[in-house]
Amino acid sequence: MRNVWIMMRKEIRSYFVSPVAYLLLTMFALLFGWFFWVTLRAFVEHGMEMQMRGQAIPMNINEEIIRPMLFNVGIIGLFFIPLITMRLFAEEKRTGTIELLATSPVHDIEIILGKWLAAMTLYACMLLFTALNFAFLFRYGNPDWKPLAIGYLGLLLLAGGLLSIGTFISALTRNQIIAGAATFGVCLLLWVLDWVGGFETATWAQVLSYICVIPHFESFSKGVLDSKDAIFYLSLTFLGLFLTARSMESLRWRS
Amino acid sequence: MITVKELTKRYARNHAAVDRISFEVGKGQIVGFLGPNGAGKTTTMRMLTCFLSPTSGTAIVAGLDILEQPLEVKKRIGYLPETPPLYLEMNTGEYLDFVGRLKGLSGAELTRRIDYVCERCSIADVRNKIMGKLSKGYRQRVGLAQAIIHNPDVLILDEPTSGLDPKQINETRDLIKSLAGDHTIILSTHILPEVEQTCEQVVIISKGKLVATGSVHELQERARSGESVLVEVAGRNGEIDVAAVLQKFEKVPGVAKAVLKEQRDSGSVFEVASLQGHFLRGDLARAVVESGWDLNELRAAAMSLEDVFLHLTGDDAATEAQTIGAGEPQVPVEDDQEVVAKGVQQ
Repeated sequence: MRNVWIMMRKEIRSYFVSPVAYLLLTMFALLFGWFFWVTLRAFVEHGMEMQMRGQAIPMNINEEIIRPMLFNVGIIGLFFIPLITMRLFAEEKRTGTIELLATSPVHDIEIILGKWLAAMTLYACMLLFTALNFAFLFRYGNPDWKPLAIGYLGLLLLAGGLLSIGTFISALTRNQIIAGAATFGVCLLLWVLDWVGGFETATWAQVLSYICVIPHFESFSKGVLDSKDAIFYLSLTFLGLFLTARSMESLRWRS
Repeated sequence: MITVKELTKRYARNHAAVDRISFEVGKGQIVGFLGPNGAGKTTTMRMLTCFLSPTSGTAIVAGLDILEQPLEVKKRIGYLPETPPLYLEMNTGEYLDFVGRLKGLSGAELTRRIDYVCERCSIADVRNKIMGKLSKGYRQRVGLAQAIIHNPDVLILDEPTSGLDPKQINETRDLIKSLAGDHTIILSTHILPEVEQTCEQVVIISKGKLVATGSVHELQERARSGESVLVEVAGRNGEIDVAAVLQKFEKVPGVAKAVLKEQRDSGSVFEVASLQGHFLRGDLARAVVESGWDLNELRAAAMSLEDVFLHLTGDDAATEAQTIGAGEPQVPVEDDQEVVAKGVQQ
């Protein structure tokens, strides 16, 4: 456990001493800010329109702003996850520092967990920026905080799965660009796999739809904690970390 | 301290990078691991440090088997790979702190060890510098510092002086020498003087096979077993009949071959090789004086480790070694004697 913490601290440090973390956080904040502003404006316009018509249909901030915004975070996240994970192992393999880690008295899994947790931390930092935007809703409106909390939990679980896949792909290569591009491809694929469900109902199509990561977020965005979906994300995380461990072990046989 | 038993590493297509290597290293020794590039030095070292798993065979490091207790072995080994494993965006102090923690140090002990290695490796002045900005010499020393930070029993250094300038090479060698005693050291190199200057024991490998082991002195002796003598001869009036001298030398009992090596102003230098077991110097001197020539110089052509190395790792040695059933390190050693002798006779 101590070693996981040591690795994690080192990784977080290297995110934040280089411009990587700041660039990612800035771009994410910018994109999210834009989405948020557009959604909020639409909401406000809609509200004024309603008032002018004299209709008093209740409007729900959770339903009309928070839920779609959480979805957006999930999607923007898909684009940022490869950027977070691509250097994790590829960089170590390129510079040879992997030899230092692999010859230190620590278990492979401690190294992997440390790196993955550092990636999770950076993702969580990105979520903090969204919280800043959402804070305005609480200042001027009266949204329910519980669905928002569950939404965040869902985002973290979703990211955990994708980050573990990214970590695995990074462990396969010594080239960061390859790691990033491959992770990006896999993330996009995992996003659109359920489109097949639109025209096909055979078992294989159902399986593909099930593997797709986005539908599992549906329940979280509604503020419902569905154990089925949580378990799906946790399994994905486990799979990614397990494959990373196997890949590190295979290093000892090939090199 | 280190016992290597039949260590073998095969990569794909059944190519053996390291083929049944066995040797032993005593406590506190410095061992030079010598071989041409691509001989399997790095692979062997990586197996000893548990970075690679051997295909077969094993090694005992500090009393622990590398296959059974890799984690414990790693605690007792300090390893400097060919390129120092530095995180270039970190500063030296942070880096040593990270490595120290990774190797299990903490608290006051960690601070004390960091101070110690900084002083020992003379890197205290770059402690707050980003490592990306350090010169090659400093990087190498930081690499050495991270290898000794947890005070390991065994130090494994892969080409520790490669890419350094002559002054840095000397400093690094002195540093390594000063570390022996506290640590058992294996250092790999393809630079021979380095071994002659730094190491007590030598392990020579070529094409993945063990070619010879022994002390530097032993190996030089062995290579000299078929003695070769340099004789400088001059005539009374400065002129000398080369053919006559050669003829004379070849008549001396025990001479295998005599050749003219060099013409100097002072005389002609001949190289005379003996058959194994013959010592020629006395007879040669007598022959020269009896013929009325001047004997300017007479000395044994000392074989540098370089010659030994070239003989042992040359094509002859490789074919010899392949026919030898490995497993008994003494066997190739004996055969190599013949190889060396043959080489000298040619």
